[in-house]
Amino acid sequence: MPIIKVENLSKVFGKNTKAALELAEAGKTKEEILKETGSTVGVNRASFEVEPGEIFVIMGLSGSGKSTLVRLINRLIEPTTGDVYIDGENLAKMDKKELRRVRREKLSMVFQRFGLFPNRTILQNAEYGLEVQGISKEERTKKATKSLELVGLGSYLDQYPGQLSGGMQQRVGLARALANDPEVMLMDEAFSALDPLIRKDMQDELLDLQETMKKTILFITHDLDEALRIGDRIALMKDGNIVQIGTPEEILMNPANSYVEKFVEDVDRAKVLTAQQIMKRPETINIDKHGPRVALERMREAGLSSILVVDSKRVLQGIVTADEANEARKNEVKNLSEIIQRDVPTVEKDTPLHDLFAVIHDSPVPLAVTENGKLLGIIVRGAVIGALAGEGEVNEHA
Amino acid sequence: MLNFMENIEALPVADWTSNFVDMLTDTFAFLFDPIKDGLGDVMDLITSGLDAIPPVIFILLVAILAFFMTGKKFGLAVFSIIGLLFIWNQGLWDQLIDTFTLVLTSSILCIIIGVPIGILMSKSKIAQSIITPILDFMQTMPAFVYLIPAVAFFSIGVVPGIFASLIFATPPTVRFTNLGIRQVSEELVEAADAFGSTGAQKLFKVELPMAKYTIMAGINQTVMLALSMVVIASMIGAPGLGREVLSSLQRAQVGPGFVAGLSIVVLAIIIDRFTQNIYKDKSK
Repeated sequence: MPIIKVENLSKVFGKNTKAALELAEAGKTKEEILKETGSTVGVNRASFEVEPGEIFVIMGLSGSGKSTLVRLINRLIEPTTGDVYIDGENLAKMDKKELRRVRREKLSMVFQRFGLFPNRTILQNAEYGLEVQGISKEERTKKATKSLELVGLGSYLDQYPGQLSGGMQQRVGLARALANDPEVMLMDEAFSALDPLIRKDMQDELLDLQETMKKTILFITHDLDEALRIGDRIALMKDGNIVQIGTPEEILMNPANSYVEKFVEDVDRAKVLTAQQIMKRPETINIDKHGPRVALERMREAGLSSILVVDSKRVLQGIVTADEANEARKNEVKNLSEIIQRDVPTVEKDTPLHDLFAVIHDSPVPLAVTENGKLLGIIVRGAVIGALAGEGEVNEHA
Repeated sequence: MLNFMENIEALPVADWTSNFVDMLTDTFAFLFDPIKDGLGDVMDLITSGLDAIPPVIFILLVAILAFFMTGKKFGLAVFSIIGLLFIWNQGLWDQLIDTFTLVLTSSILCIIIGVPIGILMSKSKIAQSIITPILDFMQTMPAFVYLIPAVAFFSIGVVPGIFASLIFATPPTVRFTNLGIRQVSEELVEAADAFGSTGAQKLFKVELPMAKYTIMAGINQTVMLALSMVVIASMIGAPGLGREVLSSLQRAQVGPGFVAGLSIVVLAIIIDRFTQNIYKDKSK
């Protein structure tokens, strides 16, 4: 069951909301509607579902309505029409008291400019969500300290936000959002105000945290690289509309329309594509069954100068070259294990293309792609270059 | 054409106002009298309390307070000692205490009335659009005009002086409270809301603490305006340094007038620096 369910959610800024909505439904653009009614369509009939534990990224340029959308979800902005279900409860129809309860217990938010209270210490900031719930001083200090330790700020409890760097301040923002143990975290351009190196660290840290916390995260960003890096699924927005929802691969490989296409055209494919997506089916021989003679035969058939060796469970054992196999055959060596080279250049299936260059550029033999030691495929240099050029087939559902 | 106004009778605004004030005086006499007595008693209490402190000790206390409030600097402390000794030396100590009581009481009342109104203004656009012109009116109407209904309501003495000061000095506190709360960054307000704060929690935990420097600037203005009413209020019988200035004026005595005026300046500077330092952002 999805934990967040958004149905036909719309927001019109301005007076003539009804007319604007009707025009939006009729497919008029944002500018046309503004001209006719004087109202701005912030979000137009957004619908999506987010599963528990998922990182769902809403991505779009400024003015696309992504920040409005996230604020509609916790009702910092009142929706014009539509429903928002969190854990089965419809936020859009709640009274203030109910809304406050859901905000306290199930939702929390991380802000672009951190949103820390400058007059409160780091600890007091992290405690805020618990404090407004009326939780005892002792308990909230314990919980807030724990979540600050989680983000690596355990020794800064009594500092003030102004004394910390941007990256550290946003960790406080993260700790504050984690302290009341919400089910859903809304992150509004949480890393956009940080410089690129720190941003990358924070992304990694978020992914690490997510490994253990398994929160549902709704992440807003204008940075496609960031979206592709951390998103399990991505919703692309333009002019208040959700243009496409899909996994990073789906969006890159099958852009829904020319807008998305244009958007992804500049993406550094080297960071997105993984070894698994560009590998080829490997030619192998079985160390338990075959000898040098079979190895030579296979290589001759496939036109190769070397061949990978696996065992019966397809666990990679090593590589045998044609020269060595020939030698072995002459010397009447029966067993492959005597001529096998054990150190084959190997990468895990999730390795991004970007990291393959260093391995492949001085390797005389193809790279082996493995998962827990089992051989999945091979990568030759040509495949890497082809993938970078955006050509060549990429394995679907990899 | 030019004489066209002569053919129209003057609107009886003055009469309306007089009648209105008379009506108020009659209707609310049951309210004005207790206020006058109560406030008068409170002020007598403050004055006699302050009078009970020997001037030397009073001056020392002020100096010590000044020293610590300005971050252990000697400037204000030294100035306070010299200035207050001068006033004592001129035989104006009792007048100083009377004036101080008047300023203190009216400032506190201004804050008690002004801050909540400012909060109301910051929360409601309608309240803001109604209250803003009233504040403009209160500040631009010559302060002497308030003395007339003040006397009608409370007869003469110190209480009508406070009433006039209230009208004249409250607007800055209201304006700055409103401004301070509206200036709190939107993201902080959103953060307070997003974590499920009630309206009161948001106000007391986020908005007022964030707005306090701005509000203090407004309060500082209010105190200064209340002090500037001291001379005007003496026209309706409020005691203190103002009365000295007034009587010097009436008798054309330059010397005593200057001394009393200088004493007011000394008091103004001390009060101004004190209120500025109460909530000065030490980290800036």
